Amino acid sequence: MENPYLPIPVRIDKVTIETEDRNLKTFRFVYVNPADENRFQYKAGQFGELSVSGKGEIPIGIASSPTEKGFVMFTVNKVGLVSSALHDMVEGDVMGIRGPLGNWYPWETLEGKNVVIIGGGFAFTTLRSSIVMMLDPANRGKFKDIHVVYGARSPGMLLYRDELAAWEARDDINMHITVDSAKDQPDWKYNVGFVPAVTEAKAPKGDDDTYAIVCGPPVMIKFTQPVLDKLGYKHDHIIMSLENRMKCGIGMCGRCNIGKDFVCKDGPVFTLEQLNKMPKEY
Amino acid sequence: MRLLQLSHSDLTRGVEALRKAFRVEAPLPERDHFVFGPLPAGAALDLSAANTRLSAKSVIYPASEKMLRVSLDPAKEDHHVYREADKDYSPRAVLGIRPCDARAFTLVKPNFDNREYRDPYWVRSYECSTFVGLACKSPCSTCFCTSAGGGPFDTAGLDVLLAESGEGFIAQVLTEKGEALAAAAGWSAAAPEGAEAALSAMKAEADARIVSRIETEKIPGKTILSLFDAPFWDDAAFACINCGACTYLCPTCWCFDIQDEAHENEGVRMRNWDSCMFPLFTLHGSGHNPRPNKTARVRQRFMHKLKYYGDKYGGGIHCTGCGRCVTHCPVNIDIRRIASLMNGYEPDNACAL
Ligand SMILES: Cc1cc2nc3c(=O)[nH]c(=O)nc-3n(C[C@H](O)[C@H](O)[C@H](O)COP(=O)(O)OP(=O)(O)OC[C@H]3O[C@@H](n4cnc5c(N)ncnc54)[C@H](O)[C@@H]3O)c2cc1C
Ligand code: SF4
Ligand code: SF4
Ligand code: FES
Repeated sequence: MENPYLPIPVRIDKVTIETEDRNLKTFRFVYVNPADENRFQYKAGQFGELSVSGKGEIPIGIASSPTEKGFVMFTVNKVGLVSSALHDMVEGDVMGIRGPLGNWYPWETLEGKNVVIIGGGFAFTTLRSSIVMMLDPANRGKFKDIHVVYGARSPGMLLYRDELAAWEARDDINMHITVDSAKDQPDWKYNVGFVPAVTEAKAPKGDDDTYAIVCGPPVMIKFTQPVLDKLGYKHDHIIMSLENRMKCGIGMCGRCNIGKDFVCKDGPVFTLEQLNKMPKEY
Repeated sequence: MRLLQLSHSDLTRGVEALRKAFRVEAPLPERDHFVFGPLPAGAALDLSAANTRLSAKSVIYPASEKMLRVSLDPAKEDHHVYREADKDYSPRAVLGIRPCDARAFTLVKPNFDNREYRDPYWVRSYECSTFVGLACKSPCSTCFCTSAGGGPFDTAGLDVLLAESGEGFIAQVLTEKGEALAAAAGWSAAAPEGAEAALSAMKAEADARIVSRIETEKIPGKTILSLFDAPFWDDAAFACINCGACTYLCPTCWCFDIQDEAHENEGVRMRNWDSCMFPLFTLHGSGHNPRPNKTARVRQRFMHKLKYYGDKYGGGIHCTGCGRCVTHCPVNIDIRRIASLMNGYEPDNACAL
C-alpha cells in the first residue's frame, strides 16, 4: 500500500535570499532519485509538505511552475520551529517533500479567459507558479489578457525581483507592481500605494470572461474584495487560496477544516462564492 | 450468518487456542475500570465490564504511534531519508468489544480509507483485526445507541457477535473472518433449534431498555451556516474547560497531531491523538487563530459530530451513542442536549427562543 506520509527525498540545489529582511528564502530542490520527479506532477496552486528530517513538516505552496523541469521550488518565510530549521539548511543538504497536495487554480475554467492576479506580501508563491506557467510559449495562447497586481511593504520586500522586472518588459502581461512606501528608493519607477487602491485604478472591469485570483494577508483580502465588487466581479469569478494550520495535508488529521471541507484536500483554492457559504474559520 | 452455541469453557479454551494464531486483545481490568489491551499470557478473558472507560479505538489507532523513522547520522547511506517504521500487522483478535465501539470503526473508515488516500497505518491495523463483539443485555442509562444508528445487538463492524444465553453464549458468525476465527478457536457446535428466535427476543428486550435518545432528524435539512450562527453556542460552551476528555474517550474522534522526535542520530515521526478542544490545535505560526475561543471549539466538536460529518459522507451522525462523553465530562456537557438545540433551531423563529 502506498504510504502518503512518506516524503520523497530531495537535495537542496540552490538557496536564494529573497527579501531585505532575510526572512524569506527560496529553496530549489532536485530529486535524490531522478525518477521521483514523475511522482511529483503538480499544477499551479498546489502545495507540498516540506519535511526537515528530525524537526517536522510544514505546508508550503509550490513556487515553481509545472513547465519548469528537473527541480521544484518553494519560498519560505521564517516563522517558527520547522521554517527556522529549514532556513539554517544549506545547499547539498537532504530533506523530504510530500505531495503535490490540495487542489489548484481552476485552469480548465480559466482557459480562454482574462486572468487578473492580485497578490500581497509573501503570498505570491503559487502566483509566481501560475504566471510562469501561463507565460510559457505552450500556454500563453490559451489565455486572453493577463494582469498582475502585486504589492509589498517596500521594494526590498518584493519576491522574485529579477523576474518581476523581466515581466514588466514584456508586452503579453500587464504588470502593476506596487509598494506601500518607496521613500528609501528614489529611483523606484512603479506604483506606490496599497494593493486594493492599485487594483481599483489598474485592474480591468469584471465580466463573464474575467477571473481574479487573490492571495495575500487577511487585511489585503478584506479591502480588495469591496474593490472587486465595485469593479463588477461576480463571486464565482473571484478565486482565493486559504492557509489553515495543517499536519497531514491529506484530509485525515482533522485539523484544517472549515465547516465540512478540509482546506488541505478540498482546497486550498475556493471561489468567493463557495467561501460565502462556509463558516469564517480561516 | 451461522449460529453457534458456546459454553463458558468453550470460550475459555477457544481463547487459549486463538493465542496460537492471533494476537489477542480484550478488556482488561485496571483499578476501578477496564481498558483494552493485549490479554497477558495466562490471564482469563473477563467479560464483566459494561464497557471500557476509554473506547476501543486505541486497539486500531493507538494514542501515540511511530509512523516513520530516519537516521540523522551522516555516516549512514540513507541519512535524512524517511523510512516506514517497523510494525506488527499479524492477525489480531479483538474480543469482547461492544457493538457501539465496533460500529465506530465503520464511521471512522471513510476518513482513513477513501478514494483519494488510504492511511496505511489505520487500514492495515483494521484489516488485520477480527472483531468478536459482546451484545449488551443490560445497557447503561447513558447509552443512546438506538437513536444514533446502532443498537445493543447491532452487528455493524463485527465478525462474530456473542450474546450471553443460559449457561453460555449464542455466537453469530457474521463474516468470513469470523468463520476463520471460529475455526481457529475450535467453535463448531451449532446452536439449538429456537436460538434465532431467542436472539430476536433478547435483542427486542435490550432495545427496549434504551430509553435515552439523541434528536437529530431535522439537522440534515438545515444549512451549515444557519446552525453555525445559531445563538445558543456561547451558552452551550459556557461551562466547558476545554479539557479534551470528551474527544479522548470518544470512539469516533480521530484527530491527530504529527510530531518529529529526535534523540542523538535517530529520529522518528510520531502521530499522537489531538483534540479540537485545545487552542493550539488551529493556532497559526503567525499567532492568528481561526478558532480563537472556547465557543468556537465547542461548536466545532458538535458541528463535526452532528452536521459536518453527515453532510460530507452522505448521512448519519459521527456518534455511536456510547455515552462516554456524557458520563465523563467534568461539567456535564451533554451531546443529547446540544443535539436537541440544533435539531429544534429554526433561524426564522430565532426571536421566539
Ligand atoms: C496551503 C498552505 C500554503 C502555504 N504556503 C506558504 C508559502 O508558500 N510560504 C510560506 O512561508 N508559508 C506558507 N504557508 C504557511 C506555513 O505553513 C507556516 O508558516 C508554517 O507551517 C510555520 O511552521 P513553523 O514550524 O515554522 O512554525 P511553528 O509556529 O513552530 O508551527 C508548528 C507547526 O504548526 C503548523 N503551522 C503553524 N502555522 C501554520 C500555518 N500558518 N499554516 C499551516 N500550518 C501551520 C505546522 O505544522 C508547523 O510545523 C502555507 C500554509 C498553507 C496551509
Ligand atoms: S469533556 Fe466537557 S469540559 Fe472537557 S472539553 Fe469535553 S465538553 Fe469541555
Ligand atoms: S460523541 Fe460521546 S456519545 Fe457519541 S460516540 Fe463520542 S463519546 Fe460516545
Ligand atoms: S491537514 Fe490534516 S486534515 Fe487537513
